[in-house]
Amino acid sequence: MVTPAHFIALSVILFVIGAVGVLVRRNAIVVFMCVELMLNAANLAFVAFARMHNGLDGQVIAFFVMVVAAAEVVVGLAILTAIFRSRRSSSVDDANLMKY
Amino acid sequence: MSHSIVLAGPAAETARLIGFWVLAIISVGAALGMVLARKAVHCAVLLAVVMLSLAVMYAMLGAPFLALVQIIVYTGAVLMLFLFVLMIVGISAADSLVETIRGQRLWATLGGIAMLVLLSLVIGNAVIGPAAPPSAKFGNANVTSLASLIFTKYLYPFEITSALLITAAVGAMVLAHRERIRPKPSQRDLAAQRVASGRPAPLPGPGTYAQHNAADMPALLPDGSQSELSVSPVLSGRTGGAIASPAALPGGPGEGATSAGSPSSAGAGTSAGAGTSAGAGTSAGAGTPAGSPTSAGQEAGDQ
Repeated sequence: MVTPAHFIALSVILFVIGAVGVLVRRNAIVVFMCVELMLNAANLAFVAFARMHNGLDGQVIAFFVMVVAAAEVVVGLAILTAIFRSRRSSSVDDANLMKY
Repeated sequence: MSHSIVLAGPAAETARLIGFWVLAIISVGAALGMVLARKAVHCAVLLAVVMLSLAVMYAMLGAPFLALVQIIVYTGAVLMLFLFVLMIVGISAADSLVETIRGQRLWATLGGIAMLVLLSLVIGNAVIGPAAPPSAKFGNANVTSLASLIFTKYLYPFEITSALLITAAVGAMVLAHRERIRPKPSQRDLAAQRVASGRPAPLPGPGTYAQHNAADMPALLPDGSQSELSVSPVLSGRTGGAIASPAALPGGPGEGATSAGSPSSAGAGTSAGAGTSAGAGTSAGAGTPAGSPTSAGQEAGDQ
């Protein structure tokens, strides 16, 4: 029998994989994709909890998370193209102008 | 309400269990592959797999509206945006395997395991009950129930969301805009530039007189050699400079030159050879290598 606990355990696993990807990868676009994976995992938990509590508030919140994620991706990718245009690199290690 | 998406009964329960495990294995495998794949495009495709399986899980959890929004917004819009930016930024940019911070990968993995343990303990302690009994709002009435929630209880967040989207659109336009710092070249400037470059004619197209006209197939020059100018430098850079060689033609350039190069080569030796090799390349096996001297001469004149 599939319970919401199954889905929440899966969302935990996906969230951790996304977090490790954010820490490990150095291509800024791939880092963005890993952030998207974390947001998706959180959405899965929201929907599973909504099913458990017999309410639709969790689904509404997941909907808002999707909207915010879309806006975040648009602005983030615009920043990435601007950085790439001036520095010819999309590695997160190369943008260290404010380090020292 | 005629029927609900949330099915009941032992058979449906078994099907749901099998579906969950299949989707869980697919999504976790694709997520791991996304972290481990070196090329950014592979990461994007694997992320699409994760998002599609999550959409099916939303449908299983009684959220058909969110399942469709997930497919349309995430897999359709967001991932296409990712792929567009990958095309702009350069698709060949693979991640380097050199660690710039010593032990970063080890510590990141250890931190991930610690996070997994922590979250598992937290969730293991939380009381997660079974799913609520199926009702209309997890089935056919899902969209109307969501709409009545969004437009009553969550009206202000919804309106603020529209402001957020407009701000994001304007911000993206501002950030991606590039100022023109030199005047736009007119047609006269372009013409002068072209004449001054020493090559007023356009570049040869790929595959001209070669065995086939694929984009990575170099054009053949009058003497049968390959023209590097005809292939885009992006393609020749990706294949490592080794362009596909048309040397294995049935009627090669050398063969054609010996068979039809006798009487009509009065004009110029190299251009007559070009005519025959062109005939051999475009329609190999159609008898052109042994074609009449006049047609060979015509082709040489067309060059």
